Amino acid sequence: MLKKTLAALVLGSALAGGQAFAADYAIDKEGQHAFVNFKISHLGYSWLWGTFKDFDGAFSFDAAKPAESKVNVTLKTASVDTNHAERDKHLRSDDFLNVAKHPTATFESTSVKPTGDGTADITGNLTLNGVTKPVVIAAKFIGEGKDPWGGYRAGFEGSTTLTLKDFDIKMDLGPASQTVDLIISVEGVRK
Amino acid sequence: MRWRNSSTHYGLTSIVLHWLVAAAVFGLFGLGYWMVGLTYYSSWYRTAPDLHKSIGLVLFLVMLVRVLWRFVSPAPGPLASQGRLTQAAAKLGHSVLYLGLFLVMMSGYLISTADGRAISVFGLFDVPALITSIPNQADTAGLVHEYAAWALVILAVLHALAALKHHFIDRDATLRRMLGRNPG
Repeated sequence: MLKKTLAALVLGSALAGGQAFAADYAIDKEGQHAFVNFKISHLGYSWLWGTFKDFDGAFSFDAAKPAESKVNVTLKTASVDTNHAERDKHLRSDDFLNVAKHPTATFESTSVKPTGDGTADITGNLTLNGVTKPVVIAAKFIGEGKDPWGGYRAGFEGSTTLTLKDFDIKMDLGPASQTVDLIISVEGVRK
Repeated sequence: MRWRNSSTHYGLTSIVLHWLVAAAVFGLFGLGYWMVGLTYYSSWYRTAPDLHKSIGLVLFLVMLVRVLWRFVSPAPGPLASQGRLTQAAAKLGHSVLYLGLFLVMMSGYLISTADGRAISVFGLFDVPALITSIPNQADTAGLVHEYAAWALVILAVLHALAALKHHFIDRDATLRRMLGRNPG
């Protein structure tokens, strides 16, 4: 174990040429300090909130070089939950997420552009309902540091807005509900 | 006409129950098929499923009465003109129809009550959720409901065709019996 860690450190610093290099983080799925929530307007009168319970992913991040950050997430679309079993069944059907045919959604970043103090636009390819489209997530760095149990963590929040039709979602929920907001909050544990 | 069945005749109770269930089965199938395709802004989007569930639960009560009634007043025996194989096929067919009915009704109930919500019957009373622990309950019950409903209506159509065959080809009293029009 120690040998392996040492080897990784030596190899790591060799690759980074002695400079600081981005650390790799795994999304804290075990403790579930990670959320992919969404909200969509109901008739224009209120927000319907939901979440995806099953997803995993990783990111690399160095606060000194945010532009070199990378993130990827894989999500099981069947894990959608809006506190209403009958509605969730409908959301999994081919009127919406078509989970039988497209059980996973993925996001893979292609570029990260810092936009200010601790904020960045993460551009990447989102594959949802079998459709891959570039999206931009407005991300905000929340914090990083040691946790009380011997690990090291970093966390972010981000949001983006998706147009349902862009991802071939058939059901039309009316003029106020053409888009859905994704609100993401993830914490990673350094590998 | 009498209320009770005799050894050769169906009584009014069985006849009314039979045709009520027949109307409900085809009505609910049509309603179910139509309602899942409704657009969100249709005025029926909420009322059609409410009606479907309410009628379905009333049908469940009717079917309980019907099964009980079979014990209180057994159905008349098969017609003497029918062969052994026909009698056996009829018996099997009827059993599968009964099973299919209960399967469709129970799976439907399990969809709507999957997360503990009760079902309101015509807004008059609530039927509470009893089982909420089946994995992926709404989806699993949904699949069973869909396939079982298709199987049930197909079987019900075969059942009707068989009755017409008895009436027009065999020229026996099978169908007339269920209409209360057999002599004697």
